[in-house]
Amino acid sequence: MTETTSSIMPLIAVLLPVGAALLVLLTGERYRNVRDSWSTIAAVVMVAVIASMLPDVLDGRVPQTTIIEMSPGIDIMLRADAAGMIFGLLASSLWVLASVYAVGYMRVEHEQRQTRFFVAYALSLGAAAGVAFSANLLTFVLFYELLTLVTFPLVTHRETASAIIAGRKYLAYTLFGGLMLIGGTAWVHMLGIDGTFVAGGLMADQNISKSTAWGLLTVLMVGVGVKSAVMPLHGWLPSAMVAPTPVSALLHAVAVVKAGVFGVVRMLMFVFGAELLREMNAWQFIAVLAAVTLITGSMLALRHDNLKRRLAYSTISHLSYIVLGVALLGPIALTGALLHIIGHGVTKITLFFVAGAINSHTHKENVSELDGIGRQMPITMGAFTLAALSMVGIPPFVLFTSKFYLGWGAAQVDQQVFMLVYLFSGVLAAGYLFPVIYRAFGKQSPDHPSYSEADLRMVGPLAITGLLALFLGIAPNLPFGFFDLAAEVARTSFGDGIPMTKGTE
Amino acid sequence: MLAALIVPVLARFRHELGYIIALAGVGLSSVASIWALAYVLDNGTMRYNLGGWAPPIGIEYVVDLIAAFVAVIVTSVASLVIIGTRRWADREAGDRLGSFYSLVMLLITGLVGMIVTGDLFNLFVFLEISSLAGYALIFLGGGRAMLAGFRYLILGSVGGSLYMLGVGFLYFSTGTLNMGETKEILTDEATARSVQAGAAFIFVGLGLKMALVPMHLWLPDAYTFAPSSVNTLIAPIMTKVGAYAMIRMFLSVFPDGYLKDIVPIADALLVLGLTGIIVGSVAAMSQKDIRRMLAYSSISQLAVIAVGLGLGTPLGLVAALLHIMNHAVMKSALFMAIASVRFTSGITQVADFAGTGRRMPFTMGAFTLGALAMVGIPPASGFFSKWYAVQAGIESNQWVVVFVVLASSLLTAVYLFRILESAYLHPLKPEPSHGDQHASGFGKTDLDMPAEVQIREAPLDMTIPTVLLGLATVVLGVFNAVIVINILEPGIV
Amino acid sequence: MIDEIAARFPYWASGLLIAIGLYGMIGKRSLVKKLIGMNIFQSAIILFFIAGSLRHGATLPILLRKDGHIIEPIAPELYVNPLPHVLMLTAIVVSVAITGVALAFLVRIYREYEDLDEESLLKKVRQ
Repeated sequence: MTETTSSIMPLIAVLLPVGAALLVLLTGERYRNVRDSWSTIAAVVMVAVIASMLPDVLDGRVPQTTIIEMSPGIDIMLRADAAGMIFGLLASSLWVLASVYAVGYMRVEHEQRQTRFFVAYALSLGAAAGVAFSANLLTFVLFYELLTLVTFPLVTHRETASAIIAGRKYLAYTLFGGLMLIGGTAWVHMLGIDGTFVAGGLMADQNISKSTAWGLLTVLMVGVGVKSAVMPLHGWLPSAMVAPTPVSALLHAVAVVKAGVFGVVRMLMFVFGAELLREMNAWQFIAVLAAVTLITGSMLALRHDNLKRRLAYSTISHLSYIVLGVALLGPIALTGALLHIIGHGVTKITLFFVAGAINSHTHKENVSELDGIGRQMPITMGAFTLAALSMVGIPPFVLFTSKFYLGWGAAQVDQQVFMLVYLFSGVLAAGYLFPVIYRAFGKQSPDHPSYSEADLRMVGPLAITGLLALFLGIAPNLPFGFFDLAAEVARTSFGDGIPMTKGTE
Repeated sequence: MLAALIVPVLARFRHELGYIIALAGVGLSSVASIWALAYVLDNGTMRYNLGGWAPPIGIEYVVDLIAAFVAVIVTSVASLVIIGTRRWADREAGDRLGSFYSLVMLLITGLVGMIVTGDLFNLFVFLEISSLAGYALIFLGGGRAMLAGFRYLILGSVGGSLYMLGVGFLYFSTGTLNMGETKEILTDEATARSVQAGAAFIFVGLGLKMALVPMHLWLPDAYTFAPSSVNTLIAPIMTKVGAYAMIRMFLSVFPDGYLKDIVPIADALLVLGLTGIIVGSVAAMSQKDIRRMLAYSSISQLAVIAVGLGLGTPLGLVAALLHIMNHAVMKSALFMAIASVRFTSGITQVADFAGTGRRMPFTMGAFTLGALAMVGIPPASGFFSKWYAVQAGIESNQWVVVFVVLASSLLTAVYLFRILESAYLHPLKPEPSHGDQHASGFGKTDLDMPAEVQIREAPLDMTIPTVLLGLATVVLGVFNAVIVINILEPGIV
Repeated sequence: MIDEIAARFPYWASGLLIAIGLYGMIGKRSLVKKLIGMNIFQSAIILFFIAGSLRHGATLPILLRKDGHIIEPIAPELYVNPLPHVLMLTAIVVSVAITGVALAFLVRIYREYEDLDEESLLKKVRQ
């Protein structure tokens, strides 16, 4: 059984990036080396802090901090349960790499106003950690809205007309989603239900009427659906690609969108609970929507020549993998979905890193221009290849593992049709990623000046994440016990008696 | 003990020292209201019989939790604003500085008086005192402000007179002007037609004062053309007190449920409030002048208060009262910030705000905090009043309320982010295209002067109050539960 | 109908005056006429209060004396209600103050624009 222990660790994890942001702000442009090292230091410390909670969490002791009463009877409360740990660990460890990468990228590109950039970047991480560790609906809403806010300056960072338009679009979508969440949260509280997340669903035994449940489900799912880019709420994501690549990489492949799908996990598993969703017959609806997004996203990815946009649509598609996995309401599918959060984070950040490295180094951004680039930038494109293989789901890469569980999970609940969806989408992924590899390695470069590798601060992180995509596939439990955490979430969400075959004890 | 609340009254007789006296007066009054609030928290409602006559014959001042709460807000915000706009006052009032400050004191006296009085007719007197001072202050703006001030005067007087008429109806039915006693008598003797008519007149009269749509027409011009030192003062607090008077009617004059079940005033407030939210926000979106935009935004935010009140539930009242506080703080932060911007650069148009974010980081930082609070991003204060309003809406099954209040957040975001975008993301313009040349003193002849020189941080005594108000939006948001649990919830029972 | 009006004549009169006042404020373009309309409006309300305090056959609210002694017991029904009169004294003061301020406004406006017609004034002001 799980019990909660009072601990300040979750709060520290959330405040660390905020502290880093302050330091960055105070240091300013003049001492930029000092300034830029703050993020990395904070990231490393943050990983350490979150990882230090790991043994407790795996033993079923959940650290929890109550901060302040926010509204009568509702506290702002942070709690590092297994699901939160997955997201928190993923975001913070990738932040270490991304902060190194971002420094390299921003320096090479001579981007303007780097101080503001790094401040907002660090704050986004704080907000993402807050989302991860929120213990109740109101806290979740709070950090979810803050995440919207602090990422806005990142999306509009370039200050061009298109960046501003993208920023508006981003804001319109996400604020709308946030409002839905606020409305839904208020509704839950007005039903007299405590908004604290409970594995298995806080509304499980509350005897609410079917129409109310449906109304709530719609409102809350639209709320989290925006950030998880489920169609038709996905429009902001491709436009947000005007942001500098480190932003697209960490935020629009990991922090923000994963906050969305993490929200889906929270809503479906911790607010409604599998029991209630089965009773309502609501899961098919979500599953179909996710499946449609999954296929359509991949199809659209095929059409785009711009590498970052192609990756954006691929992200949309993969986010729906996760949503679908959760909606299937099976323990195995849920495990798969959580693993996919990790796997996709590692994999997609590699792809974005590569896109950014190529772009900053050669100023090429379209797939059709990449002929022969693999020979000039072998490490970069090598990492891309690793990630692409993982994306398609070739064993033993990490996304194979997660897709395997997702497919198995679909079979477990007798929904083989969704298994086919997963497989088909894998084929499509091959369709939109392999041509890039073919062009890079198979074709001759049209222009002669041969390029070397990009800045080490960019190549290093992308090589590491590329290798991680392989490594996590082989050993999903190292270094942070991701598999155990996912299994723990599945176990608590569905009760005992889940056929777990590996990874546990 | 209540004498301290009337410090402003005394201060107004000695206007020679202007600023110092005014500040001391409002400051003392602010300290006194905080003390009163603490006292009421410990010992319960405070009563004071003016002139020594016992109520109901004499005029009674009643300071309960709610009154103390609103008084603290009004006087504290006013003190900060008076500090912050001193330079504006010097510039705008010129040699009439003495009369300017005496008017300011008169205004605040009227407002505080309205808050603490327990007598219906006395409320009218204070209402007219503050309004008169308000008219005169707006009039100081000259030019269009004169016309706006005159229009405000006509409409405001009509509002005041209608309120008086309503009080007359009540008086002839109950034979008393004391609020508490009126409530008792009305509880026993329910539904005389004249009482209903009186309630309706009072509603229209106070509705005019709180700029409830469609009685809002005086407000945009008055706020836009008033001197900066004046609109920063009246925009946050003046209409609030109208709203407070309305809440008083619900709480202490008419029996519980009377205005909901017998006279459909709550419903009227609800409908007009909802309309006002939309009308105000939409009008704000299309404004080019930032002061006018904020004026329309005030209409929309006041409508939120009306909606909370119109729901008539305890939660709705909490939302309304909390929003009185939040809006006073947010709006004063916003108005102070744009007053600072205008002080150094003469900018009034939204389009000219380009680059101010970089040149005036502290001022625009405060503006940003205020704007985020207005939009209702947690944990800034504006979020929580909307949060309670939404909860109250759900509680009473008024889904329209939920929808409109949430939508208003989006609409607010549209018009406020326009400015933030301009301030932070647009490059500096070489020269304000059609800024307020009159105030800045820079004409078109200064084309060779770089823009940096014009847009710079305002003097410290302007910036510090602005930043304080900006930070207050967040602090009050974080600690809103303390306020709600200790002050508002016991206060409305 | 006519009896009804006659019986409550003061009320109808003040109602009529309120209407006239409102018309003056809304319908007239001249700012002075608007001000006059407002004054009529306020006077109407004062009239309403005074009328409300009347009682048939009652006299001034001064203690009646006979042979130097106050008539005992003091009978309230003998007097008109004094309170509205007091209130209206205040209201008249307020109304005079408002009128004064408004007239001062008008003088300022006229000095600046030499015009008191609302529409043409608006045009001049916008320039």
